[in-house]
Amino acid sequence: MLATRWGSEAVAGFSLSRWLGILIKEFIQLRRDRLTFGMIVGIPILQLVLFGFAINSDPRHLPTAVVMAEPGPAARAYVAAMENSAYFDVLGRVDERAAEQALARGEVQFVVRFPPGFERDLVRGRPTTIAVEADATDPQATSGAIAVLNQLGAGLFAPDLPGPRLAANAPVELVVLRRYNPEGITAYNIVPGLLGVILTMTMVLMTGLAMTRERERGTFENLLATPATPLEVITGKLVPYVLIGLLQVTLVLLAARWIFQVPMLGSIPLLYGVVLIFILANLVLGITFSSIARNQLQAMQLTFFFFLPSMLLSGFMFPFRGMPEWAQAVGSLLPLTHFLVLVRGILLKASGVSLLWPSLWPILLFTVVVLAVGLRTFRRTLD
Amino acid sequence: MNVPDPVIDVRGLNKRFGDKTVVDGLSLQVAKGEIHGFLGPNGSGKTTTIRMLCGLLTPDGGAGCCLGHDVLRESAAIKREVGYMTQRFSLWDDLSIEENLHFVGRMFGIAGRRRRVDQALDGLGLGGRRRQLAGTLSGGWKQRLALASCLLHEPRLLLLDEPTAGVDPKARRDFWEEIHRLSASGITVLVSTHYMDEAERCHRLSYLAYGRLLATGSAAEIVAAQRLSTWALAGEGVEHLADELRRLPGVEQVASFGVQLHVSGRDAVPLQAALEHFATGHGLRLEAAEPSLEDVFMHLMRGARDPLGQ
Repeated sequence: MLATRWGSEAVAGFSLSRWLGILIKEFIQLRRDRLTFGMIVGIPILQLVLFGFAINSDPRHLPTAVVMAEPGPAARAYVAAMENSAYFDVLGRVDERAAEQALARGEVQFVVRFPPGFERDLVRGRPTTIAVEADATDPQATSGAIAVLNQLGAGLFAPDLPGPRLAANAPVELVVLRRYNPEGITAYNIVPGLLGVILTMTMVLMTGLAMTRERERGTFENLLATPATPLEVITGKLVPYVLIGLLQVTLVLLAARWIFQVPMLGSIPLLYGVVLIFILANLVLGITFSSIARNQLQAMQLTFFFFLPSMLLSGFMFPFRGMPEWAQAVGSLLPLTHFLVLVRGILLKASGVSLLWPSLWPILLFTVVVLAVGLRTFRRTLD
Repeated sequence: MNVPDPVIDVRGLNKRFGDKTVVDGLSLQVAKGEIHGFLGPNGSGKTTTIRMLCGLLTPDGGAGCCLGHDVLRESAAIKREVGYMTQRFSLWDDLSIEENLHFVGRMFGIAGRRRRVDQALDGLGLGGRRRQLAGTLSGGWKQRLALASCLLHEPRLLLLDEPTAGVDPKARRDFWEEIHRLSASGITVLVSTHYMDEAERCHRLSYLAYGRLLATGSAAEIVAAQRLSTWALAGEGVEHLADELRRLPGVEQVASFGVQLHVSGRDAVPLQAALEHFATGHGLRLEAAEPSLEDVFMHLMRGARDPLGQ
């Protein structure tokens, strides 16, 4: 009925003043809704900055550790050439054990090894090798650098170049070992990453709505009139979502194992422990958002505003090391950034707690800080 | 003024929101077992006062006790012994009647919760509909459920914020029967309302405007204290003469009651003279009337100036 009436009158009785009235009302309401207005301005700027400046799918300046049994001019020249390519930032020379750990922790992307007798073999024209280990959990992050590495060797040891006197056509073989994901299967990287993305999205949003729903419907006043304390309310509201989060994780892990054949080398209980901490971080953030937001729409907007950088700056969509330093600094504040390192570490590298700790404490710190803010902003009264 | 055995005893309560003073130096005493009516125009600070009394808002100034607990510091203790019924239905629409009662029961840690909830359901006559969602109830039933839920923990004081707004006359009458039963059993009730018939059912009243207490006492005391003279005018075409009457000397307010106009003013002698002259001139009947509670409240409100300017 209504629809047909609207239809028949849609053109015939168009009143410019009525139309203007609606237009003006819409503008006034938009201006009053500060948060929506902020989003309208903020989101394009955020996207522009992130996509324009922060994101780079061909990352350079990848941290690299060098293991050099006997330092010599040829090895040094090779390392210098690596740095000049701008793809590698050499952190210095380390011993074998430290290099292995740094790679497992994800502190370096590459380990370059010069074997004992490298210089001597080179001078005598005997075949020798440079072994490069790459952390290939994210194939996208290493492919560009490995391509450069291949060209580097060929040019550097050519006899006509100045530098150490080398035998003609010294046969230096470059052996690249792609660790943790030798075939460069993208799913190995994406599927564990999705675990974090799904949790971030659902946990923050659901708890964000949980409290604002009470406030919007007026039931919050009733809750406040009871002797319930903020801690009881907050934690009581969190637990169901913790269970939902664990259920989601189980579903994703089952799919990862049986559909995508993602290797699961590490401890599954440890993985669940890490997941639990990550879920808590996101839930606490959601509750805090809902204390700040006045209604459900605002809670959703805040969630989206947090979700966008989490997707783009955490290393989920684009290599973390490809971003400029300021973007990496922002990314380091996000729990998802550290969670990605943790999940990939456990599933693909079989890392244990001691190796994971550097990525674990930032999430714990985030949780504690946000919880403190949340408890402060939680209003025990209606003031 | 002192009330024996006060359940509510607050003095000089203040509340500001930003730079707007919503409650301004309010003092209130309510005796045990009393039904105390809280009246005043919208925005006069009734809801804010009630929320301060049960610890939902922190007063910016003033002091006092509610059920013997300090209103500034002991809101947790007050909450345990007060039943607060919000102006808007604030139980959970997506929980059933029974689930709502159980939830409230758990919040207050009621012993023998199952039995208490069953009793409440029987008392409401909702035993057969216990699984119905609260959101699907009609206005009158929502109000009864809300009252039952705030009685569950056997409070000593009931704070009811416009409990009968939008409820039909039959349900309102039943509601007030219940309030009087509760009062007889020793429960103190503070109830805000806009209805004059409800005001007259209260033992004592307080009238607020612009955050200030303007009058307190029984209905008869409040009417008597204002010394208002009221006259009823009736006759052909009287309904068109209200504006003319308002311009007469001594006339403070004119209100229509069916085919009559009630004209009130504080100065009885000049008012009577002016009205007699007017009545004869227009061929109307004039007789003295008792000022109603509403006449008195209108008079009080006109006398109180809005401190926010206008």
